[in-house]
Amino acid sequence: MSTVLQVSNIKKRFGGITAVDGVSFDVQEGEILGLIGPNGCGKSTLFNCILGQLTPSEGEVKVDGQVVTGLRPSELNRLGVSRTFQLLQVFPKLSVRENLILAGQEHQGSMLSRLFGPSDAGLTGTADQMIAFFKLGHLADEPAGGLSYGQQKLLDAAMAFMGGPRLVLLDEPAGGVNLTMLADLKERLSAINREKRATFVVIEHNMEFVMSLCSRVMVMAEGKVLAIGKPDEVRANPAVIEAYLGH
Amino acid sequence: MTAIPRALRIALGILVIAGLILAPMNFNRYGLFILSQWAVMTIAAIGLNLTLGYAGQVSLAQGAFVGIGAYSAAILTTQGMPLVAALGVAIVLCFAVGWILGYPALRVQHHYLAFVTLAFSTLAFLVFRNEDWLTKGIYGISNIPRPHIFGIATNKPLPFYYVCLGSLGIVTSAMWWLIRSPWGRAFLALRENPVRALSLGIDTRRYTLMAFAIGSALGGVAGVLYAPLTQYIDPVPFNQSLSLDLLMMVIVGGAGFFFGPFLGAMIAVLLPEWLRFTEGYYLMLYAVAVILLLIYSPTGILGILDRILAERRTKTASALRAVTKSRLETAP
Repeated sequence: MSTVLQVSNIKKRFGGITAVDGVSFDVQEGEILGLIGPNGCGKSTLFNCILGQLTPSEGEVKVDGQVVTGLRPSELNRLGVSRTFQLLQVFPKLSVRENLILAGQEHQGSMLSRLFGPSDAGLTGTADQMIAFFKLGHLADEPAGGLSYGQQKLLDAAMAFMGGPRLVLLDEPAGGVNLTMLADLKERLSAINREKRATFVVIEHNMEFVMSLCSRVMVMAEGKVLAIGKPDEVRANPAVIEAYLGH
Repeated sequence: MTAIPRALRIALGILVIAGLILAPMNFNRYGLFILSQWAVMTIAAIGLNLTLGYAGQVSLAQGAFVGIGAYSAAILTTQGMPLVAALGVAIVLCFAVGWILGYPALRVQHHYLAFVTLAFSTLAFLVFRNEDWLTKGIYGISNIPRPHIFGIATNKPLPFYYVCLGSLGIVTSAMWWLIRSPWGRAFLALRENPVRALSLGIDTRRYTLMAFAIGSALGGVAGVLYAPLTQYIDPVPFNQSLSLDLLMMVIVGGAGFFFGPFLGAMIAVLLPEWLRFTEGYYLMLYAVAVILLLIYSPTGILGILDRILAERRTKTASALRAVTKSRLETAP
């Protein structure tokens, strides 16, 4: 088993505030790492530093042993690192299928070959598989903006998998999703993790969701790593209870 | 616009194309000139619609590219070069300059970007007016020849109208292809949500530059046709107001709608002719009409159509739901 993501001593300062303060951790291939912590503890900022949306003030990020700090998000995506955002980010005017094709097309051939190639970049089949996998079959041709919030959340997650990523960072995939849909989402994520050996890092506030989905959990508070370990260990950790779970 | 049946759309398309080919056969010289001008301006507006409507990058410099194209054609063809060569030069030149003009768009957006492009437009105008050695300055370039296409002279208005119309046809097909390709999807993603686009591997920088470069190149194509159409050019038509006119065509027709520029250019070129009887009042009427239109429908004329069709779709869908529901309720 190899290390997919290696984060060493990441710091991010905004003026006088240190949002992320020396965070280091590794993620092994096939693992699902949960990332929890109170609001404002630096989880999303850490994601943005790893994914190139923000440039870290200090520290280094490696994907499969290759240093990727400072790469643009689009370059990282084409290296097989994919993400979802905390707020919904589907393209409302495009249909569900078009959203998925868009999410995968830049992984097909070169820019020039895409211009002269087929209009779906050869991805209709893959998109339809993904639609079936996430149980959105009856909605394939609907504009994404017409879907319910939960369905859009599923589509948002599905889009992260279109490029066949090695590593997926999910920012609150369960936020605002109803219970039935949540069970679906969890089951689908576990399945994709098993079948495709995709590695995940998941930010989530829903404890039940995190504890049952993730193989390891990392707790952050005030920009630092408070604890990291198996869900049960973390749940029993006094510092964690003090900072987060107890409240 | 999926609510219009496919067969009807094809029939409508054929009717319009046939009309554009057949009807002008008994037009007078002036009518043909106006219609040719419509075709030329539509090409420039299609280019701006790509940059602004599809990729969401504001440009107030499209008129400058029409000018660059027109001067390329005027200078080269009066030196005895064929118009096709001038076309090649203009496309390459405008593509390159448009690409460079796209760089500020990587740093600034919206009205800031509008100002950058405005400055460029002014710069281009000053070059047209002041660089006498190249452009003959305010005296302009006259006796611009019209081309021979496959050995056929296009000096007369009707053949040259067909040159313009044919060019519009080629540009339309190419744009249709582009918008339907993965690039079209990427442009739309760039307009709607650049942050998400970037995280999906879309190189937003390159697509932004491409949107500028291709849009500008089409402005150049329009210019290459404009020069032999008027057979005389001076700097005045390529001042800032042309860029604003083109912007208006795109907005009034419907930015981001494929046929928006056709409609917008039709209104901008033909309406003054139809309103001629109002004499001096036409500009006022035009301005009031545009203000009212944009209050009622900020997405332009095709935006109205789109809204009506969407409403009809929703009504059909709710009617279907109601039927299903009543069936379920009456089921034993």
